[in-house]
Amino acid sequence: MTIHRDDLGDKFGMWLFIFTELLLFGMLFVVYAVYRSMHPEAFRIGGQELDVAMGAINTVILLVSSMTVAMSLTAMQKGDKTKCLQLLGATLLLAVIFLVNKYFEWGTKFEYGLVPGSETLQELGHGTILFFGLYFFMTGVHALHILIGIGLFIFVIVKVKKGDVHKTDYIWIENTGLYWHLVDLIWIFLFPLFYLIH
Amino acid sequence: MTNDEKTHIVPYKTQITVLIVLIILTAISVAVTQLEFGNMNTLVAMVLAGTKSFIVLAWFMHLKYEKKLFPIMVTSVVILFLLVLFVTFFDYSYR
Repeated sequence: MTIHRDDLGDKFGMWLFIFTELLLFGMLFVVYAVYRSMHPEAFRIGGQELDVAMGAINTVILLVSSMTVAMSLTAMQKGDKTKCLQLLGATLLLAVIFLVNKYFEWGTKFEYGLVPGSETLQELGHGTILFFGLYFFMTGVHALHILIGIGLFIFVIVKVKKGDVHKTDYIWIENTGLYWHLVDLIWIFLFPLFYLIH
Repeated sequence: MTNDEKTHIVPYKTQITVLIVLIILTAISVAVTQLEFGNMNTLVAMVLAGTKSFIVLAWFMHLKYEKKLFPIMVTSVVILFLLVLFVTFFDYSYR
C-alpha cells in the first residue's frame, strides 16, 4: 500500500501561512512607520538606548542558524542522517542562545525602568513610550516565534531519529526550515529599525 | 502524487557563501549608521535589509529553485504590503 503524499501541497500551505505572518508583522511595521514619522526625535533617542552589539550578535546568531537549518535539509536529501541531526541540534542550540541574549537584554531595560507602564518612561514623554511599547511588543512577538521554533526543532529531531523523516520524505525539515527563515527575515528588519536608528 | 519531480539539492558550499554575504551586509549596515546621510540613513538601512531578505528568500528559502508560482506569490505579497504602507502614509499626509 502506498501512502498518499503531496509535498508540493504541503509546501504551498506553508507559504500561505508565511504570508499571514508577513502581514501580521507587516502591519506592525506600518504602525512603527507612522509613529516614527510623528516622533522622529524620540525614536532616535530611544534607539540609542538599545545595545547595538547585542543586536548585532543576535543577528549573526540567527543568520548562522538559518544556514545550519538549510544545510540540515541538504544533509537529509543526501541521506546523511547523522549530519542532519547534528545540524538540527546546532540550530536548536543557536535558537536557545538567541533567547538567552534576549533575556539579558530585556533584563537591562527592566533595570533602567524602560518598561511600558513604568514611572521612568512616563516622564520621558509620549514618543518614547510609543518607541519602547513597540520595541517590547515587536521583539516580544518575534521571541514568541523563536520559542515556537524551538518546539518545532525538538519535534523534527525526534521525527528524524525515529525515521519518520528520511531521505525521500523530508517535507518536515523543509517546512520547519521555511518557518525558521521567516523568523530570520523578520529580525533582518527589526534590527536596523530599532537598534540602528540614526 | 507530486513527489517524483527532480529536487534541487543546494550544496553546502553555496550555503556558506550565502551566510558570508549576509554577515558582510550586516556589518555594512552597522557601519553606515556612523555616517551622516540625513534622512537617507533609514533608506540606506532598508535597502540593505531588503537585499538581505532577497538573498534569504532566493537561496535559503529555495525560491530560486522552486516552481515560478512561488516567487510570483511572494512578490505579490510584498507589493501588497508596500501598497498598504503607501496608502497609510497618503492618508496621514493629506488628512
